[in-house]
Amino acid sequence: MARYLAGRAAGVVLILFLVCLFTFIIFFTLSPDPAVMICGKTCTPERIDQIRDVLGLDEPFLAQFSGFLAGIFAGRDYGAGANLVHCAAPCLGYSFQTNQSVWDMVVERLPVSATVAIGAAVLWLFLGIVAGLLSAVKEGTWWDRTAMGLALGGSSIPNYVLALALQYVLVVELQVLPFPQAVPFSDGPALWFQSYLMPWLVLATGYACLYARLTRANVIDTLAENFMRTARSKGLSPALTMRRHALRPALTPIATIFGMDFAALLGGALITETVFGLNGVGKMAADSIAKNDQPVIMAVTLLAAFFVVIGNVVVDLVYTRLDPRVRITAR
Amino acid sequence: MSKLLVVEDLNVTFPTTRGPVDVVKDVSFTVGRDETVGIVGESGSGKSMTSLAIMGLLPEGATTRGSIRLDGAEVLGASARELRRLRGDRMSMIFQDPLSSLNPYYTVGLQIEELYRAHRGGSRAAAREVGLPDPERRARHYPHQFSGGQRQRIMIAMALVCSPSLLIADEPTTALDVTVQAQILRLLADLRGQSGMGMVFITHDLAVISSIATRVLVMRRGEQVEYGTAEQVFAEPRHDYTRMLLDSIPRIDDPLDEVSA
Repeated sequence: MARYLAGRAAGVVLILFLVCLFTFIIFFTLSPDPAVMICGKTCTPERIDQIRDVLGLDEPFLAQFSGFLAGIFAGRDYGAGANLVHCAAPCLGYSFQTNQSVWDMVVERLPVSATVAIGAAVLWLFLGIVAGLLSAVKEGTWWDRTAMGLALGGSSIPNYVLALALQYVLVVELQVLPFPQAVPFSDGPALWFQSYLMPWLVLATGYACLYARLTRANVIDTLAENFMRTARSKGLSPALTMRRHALRPALTPIATIFGMDFAALLGGALITETVFGLNGVGKMAADSIAKNDQPVIMAVTLLAAFFVVIGNVVVDLVYTRLDPRVRITAR
Repeated sequence: MSKLLVVEDLNVTFPTTRGPVDVVKDVSFTVGRDETVGIVGESGSGKSMTSLAIMGLLPEGATTRGSIRLDGAEVLGASARELRRLRGDRMSMIFQDPLSSLNPYYTVGLQIEELYRAHRGGSRAAAREVGLPDPERRARHYPHQFSGGQRQRIMIAMALVCSPSLLIADEPTTALDVTVQAQILRLLADLRGQSGMGMVFITHDLAVISSIATRVLVMRRGEQVEYGTAEQVFAEPRHDYTRMLLDSIPRIDDPLDEVSA
């Protein structure tokens, strides 16, 4: 087990390193000169040189890359002498746009993205699994057809369309909800709930539809298994047969997919956050890409990769608890 | 003494898009206490459907006619609750593929115990009766941790934990190696002898039937083509199909035919 974990940890570090490297290469070779961008319209050649010098932009690729990596683990200094700025570890640099510490930006915005992700996950798990289960049990009935028709439609609607439609109906026409904004929980649970409700609904819809279809398919497959015939031949109650023998095999694969989906969402729900103007990691990513804010783009890329990679490891570990046939063996 | 199981004019019909299809047609046979009746036939002959009809486990949509009486009580048309009470307690069934017939997510101990608990409450260890060494420890293991023969022993232990009066064995040895097959057959014969229960043994393998059954029912395309004592059926088959089945058994003294491409 310890050997397995060590192996997985090494894998995580390697993948994150490669993500860093490739993102860095892309910016180093493709993006316009950051110094010119930072300098803005009232710019002199002296000022550009100064910026290059402070950020180390005239150094070779390897020096810049190692400087970036060192900053994450040990912190780094920008400039020299009176202009010296120390960026404490974990240092992800400063935004070209706002001069804010990127790490501080991430710390500030991550809770918003996490709130969006967690609330949506609760909704879509509940709705998706209940609808899928009912459809499987009532396979072929009008309920099944209606639910699956809606699920197909629901998973086909783009999030931004759904977001704008909901916003128009609930905020503009009916005026039952305030305009969504990242209200902290400390401002009162009711206000907090109201302000996040629409993002949750929008984000959950697509996933709920997908999970309903997955759950239905898995349950129908499981009900046809030989061990279900055995369970029935044992004279167990229908409730026990369903709960114990059908649900666990049917829902275990859903847990895997959920782990991956949820991990990816922690890296920011780009469209939903942007449409609702929520200052989460997703909106930060969208803004930074629009403005070519390299340090921020590096940070959101790395953060998303981090969550996906960690999510993978967690899913694998949890799976060994869910399915007794899966055992960890160190390679 | 009344018969344990009486099947009279059993018909099973499935609705299909091309109209109803009869998968079992006018099948009648009896099983006495302390007796094994073999049902033989090729795939699709209706032998499994007959056994599922007895257990009340036919797929949804199937309709039945006729009569199935267990200890004088009618099984066909019994309520779901009554059937549940009978299944596992008064009549049990074991299946062809023991790996897929056991739930991979639960220990075999739990799967045996839940049956006993459903009918009697409480729990009871039963694994020692079927010749598994170290049953207490093995009960905590999962189905995939056993060999094929061991899994079928577990299925048998499960089926017999409530001491049913009827055991239906649906091709219980088909998926097993020949040597293991013989062990399982001997185990079934021994357990049946000790408990005095009746057994319905379903197979496509006439050699297996001859070693275990006292009476034989031969089925083809849902119809009963022959029914009699094992000696009778094997010594003087009255139907061409039975003769054909018997002739299909390879014999060690057969002259070898040329293999034609």
